Amino acid sequence: MIAVVDYGMGNVASVRNALALLGAEAIITARAEDFERATHIILPGVGAFPDGMRELWERGLIPVLRREVLENQKPFLGICLGMQLLAEAGEEGGDTKGLGFIAGKTRKLTVAGLRLPHIGWDDVTSAPGARLFADIDSRDFYFVHSYVMEPADSAAIAATCTYGEAFAAAVQKDNIFGVQFHPEKSQKAGIAVLRNFINL
Amino acid sequence: MTIKNERLVKSVRFSNHRNIGSYIAAVRVFNARDVDELIFLDLDASARGIRPDLLREVTKECFMPVTLGGGVRTLEDIQTLLTSGADKVSINTGALENPELIDAGAQRYGSQCIVVSIDVGEDVAGAVTWAKEAQTRGAGEILLTSISHDGVMEGYNLSLIEAVSKAVRIPVIACGGAGLPVHCVEAVVHGASAVAAASIFQYTQTTPQMIKKALADAGIPARL
Repeated sequence: MIAVVDYGMGNVASVRNALALLGAEAIITARAEDFERATHIILPGVGAFPDGMRELWERGLIPVLRREVLENQKPFLGICLGMQLLAEAGEEGGDTKGLGFIAGKTRKLTVAGLRLPHIGWDDVTSAPGARLFADIDSRDFYFVHSYVMEPADSAAIAATCTYGEAFAAAVQKDNIFGVQFHPEKSQKAGIAVLRNFINL
Repeated sequence: MTIKNERLVKSVRFSNHRNIGSYIAAVRVFNARDVDELIFLDLDASARGIRPDLLREVTKECFMPVTLGGGVRTLEDIQTLLTSGADKVSINTGALENPELIDAGAQRYGSQCIVVSIDVGEDVAGAVTWAKEAQTRGAGEILLTSISHDGVMEGYNLSLIEAVSKAVRIPVIACGGAGLPVHCVEAVVHGASAVAAASIFQYTQTTPQMIKKALADAGIPARL
C-alpha cells in the first residue's frame, strides 16, 4: 500500500489517478498509522517551501516520516515541492529548515533573462543507474517550478535538466527519491517513472 | 475539446456545432496518443454553471497538463476548476466583463495557471490591445482563436498570430484552422508558442504525433 502525504499543498488527485492507472493500492492520508502500514510513501505538492514545512509540522508528520523513511528505509518519492523539501534548507521566503533527508539546499533557479516559473515539457538526462528512469525511452517531462533542490553531493543527482542552468531534475539516495517534474502529468514517461518507483 | 449538452462537439466558425460523440472516449484517445496538453471547454457552463463532476470525470483520465474553461467569472470559479484537476484555467468572457479577474487570479494562483482566451473576429487591433492588457494584468498565456478560421481546416490566421505574438512576451497558443500538419508548422513560424487543434483529429487520420513530427522536421523543438 502506498501512502500519499495529504498536507494541503496542491491537488493530489492526479497523483492518485496515476497510481490507480498502475493498479496500485494508494491512500491519501495524514495519519501516522497509515505511514507505518505503507510499503511506499509519496510526498507530492505544489507551493512554497515554508508553507510546505509548516503544514507537515502542524499535522505532526515530521517524526513519522523520519522514522519510516530514515530508520525503516521505506521507498520515498518527493514530487516537485516534495523533492525540494528533501533538502536541509530552503531559501524561498527566508531560510527555512527542510526535511534534510538529502544533504543540500533548495534555491531559486538562475535563469539569466528566461522566464520563471520554468513551465512546460523539457528534456531530462538521467544518470547511469538512476533507478526511476530504468527502461524509459522518452526524455521529456512536464515541469512547473521556480526553485530547485541542489544536493551537496553530486552523486545524489539522478537526472538533470537545463533551463538557464543545469539543475537536478531528479535525486536519489538509498531509498529516497525526488523528481522536480510532475510524473503524473508527463504522460507515458511519467507513468513509467511512477511504475519504477512502486516496483522498488 | 468543446462540450455542449454533455457531448463532444465541433463548430465551424463558432456555429453549427456538430456532435462528435462521447468526450470521455475522446479524452482516452488523446491520452493514448500522447498529446502534450488538453484544453477542455464546457460551452454550457456560462448559462448552466460550472459542473465539477463532469470536469473531474475528464481530468481523472488525463495524465498530461489540462486547461479547463467555460463559465469562469469569479475567483471561486477558478478555485473550482483547479480543485477539479485543472493545471490551468481558461478565462474568456469573464475577463472581458471584469478584467480585474485576471489580476486577482494571477495573484492568488500564479500567472502560470491563468490562460486568457481571446476569440477574434475582424478586429485584429482590438485583439492585440486586449492581449497586451491581459499580459500586464498577469495572464500566463493567451489562447488565440480566429473565429473565421474555426473548423474550416484551411490553415491558421497567420497575420493574427503574428500581430498578437509580436505584441506580447507570454506564450500565444494558436487555435482555429488546422487541417494539415503543415498548418501547425506555419502557425509556429509566425510566432505561436504552441498550436491547439480539434477538427484535424476528429475528421482526418492525422495524429498528434504526425504533427509533432512535421514540427520537428521543420526544426521546431517538439516532444516526439
